[in-house]
Amino acid sequence: MRKVAIIGVGHSKFGNRNDVNVAELTFEAVKPSLEDAGITAKDVEFMALGSAGAGAWCEELIPAVVAAEYCGLKKPGLVRCEAACASGSAAFFTAYSAIASGQAEIAMALGVEKMKEVDTPTAMEWIGRAGYYLWEFHNFGLTFPAYYALYANAHMAKFGTTEEDLALVAVKNHKYGAMNPVAHFQKQITVDDVLSSTVIASPLKLFDCCPITDGSASVILASEEKVKELGIDTPVWVAGIGYSSGTANMSKRPDYVGLDASVKAAQMAYKKAKVTPDQIEFATVHDCFTIAEIMAYEDIGFCKKGEGAKLIREGQTEIGGKIPVNMDGGLKAKGHPIGTTGCSMIYEVTKQLREEAIEKSRQVPLKNYIGLAHNVGGTGHYCYVTILRR
Amino acid sequence: MSGVPSIRSREIKIVQNIPISKTLKFWEGLKKGKVYATKCVKCGKLHFPPSADCSECLSSEMDWIELSSEAEIETFTHVVVRPASFQQHKPYTVAIGKLKEGVKVLAWLTGFKMSEIRVGMKAKLVAKTTLEGNLTYEFVPL
Repeated sequence: MRKVAIIGVGHSKFGNRNDVNVAELTFEAVKPSLEDAGITAKDVEFMALGSAGAGAWCEELIPAVVAAEYCGLKKPGLVRCEAACASGSAAFFTAYSAIASGQAEIAMALGVEKMKEVDTPTAMEWIGRAGYYLWEFHNFGLTFPAYYALYANAHMAKFGTTEEDLALVAVKNHKYGAMNPVAHFQKQITVDDVLSSTVIASPLKLFDCCPITDGSASVILASEEKVKELGIDTPVWVAGIGYSSGTANMSKRPDYVGLDASVKAAQMAYKKAKVTPDQIEFATVHDCFTIAEIMAYEDIGFCKKGEGAKLIREGQTEIGGKIPVNMDGGLKAKGHPIGTTGCSMIYEVTKQLREEAIEKSRQVPLKNYIGLAHNVGGTGHYCYVTILRR
Repeated sequence: MSGVPSIRSREIKIVQNIPISKTLKFWEGLKKGKVYATKCVKCGKLHFPPSADCSECLSSEMDWIELSSEAEIETFTHVVVRPASFQQHKPYTVAIGKLKEGVKVLAWLTGFKMSEIRVGMKAKLVAKTTLEGNLTYEFVPL
């Protein structure tokens, strides 16, 4: 396996982007990523595009081809990767593998999702089907918040986690989202705002949930030889990628207090990167719902099982705490364009490691220069954990 | 949408015909008020939802077993904001219950007051035909 580095990243504005179509949205991420890397579109040999729902909530069924043509790529190898909400990380893993295996020198991972061309009930329908349609959606109409609400109620019953604890996650992520100019929501909120918001799937309320968001993010990877040839001054190296998955049916899970796929993916990533959880200096974790961030702390080893709520109560996941988490606002405030999120996380971790967080107020202080991105697909159906270091 | 210039895509209606030949006994059982699982003849693994093929040993020789009805509720949620195809329903409660055979079932939970629903409580699994004519199963009070 060859060493692989990130040499360029780009990110569109997240939000309700009905001013652009899906191709135009990818352009907003692709162009700055090429400029950041100091290469041209024709240098990209392989491109993996992460999208969970193109063709369902936007009109293009084969968006990799559409994006490649629109952004001027010159007939690279193309593939669309689907791993539900981890599609972006699956695309990153695919592009990484193309280089690590020696088959390409420069590859692109591009995440794009355009979710707001359909109405909200239709978007909820498509995301709700991201489990086992036949056995758990057809007759029972589970929504994405409902899947995580099943975990929230079980976690609260077992460990005494409260709705206030969940609210603290939303408050923290909105605080940092307010400092991120590309975030969907750039507004601070209070615990009372969360607790008084309308119930979506009990105990989760509107402000416990990430929004439905349009957005795109692009990551360019290169081999060590190419990094030298191009004279890249701050390459960010892929130290290790872990992956795992969970059962399609929720009824086949052993419990509802953590995601086994997260535990296994994290352990694999630590082993491959030859680091321990305490060496990680900051992370982006998959906070599609507030309960998901609390479970992530536990599952990826930032605290013991059942102690996630304590970590947020003590402010340990803020800048200045033990392990700052989601300094870009997370999925909760930055937004969660499903197939884009993995690439958006890699964008953020790369910018932090280069000490280029656009707003300095959310730059994490670094000593070891090691960061982690934890990206879950569905409700622990897929998981990718990526560790990067400078 | 919100006055921003756009054109409407061509409209399609999507309805898929999902084959149930291999689990027909299950669907017919629901009509008769029974909930069936499959049990692998070779390795003994019990499967719910019923499966024609064993994911444990990959054998396709299965027996049909009628499940017991008493379940312990492991978790639940009250779904207020519903997806497009459930808009005609009132908010509903989804729960996961564990049967004494060891398999778990995800289904609607009906007939309880919301304030009564707890992790760890007991409920009964019953087969049901909905008003729309769909075959299903749900948890109800014992």
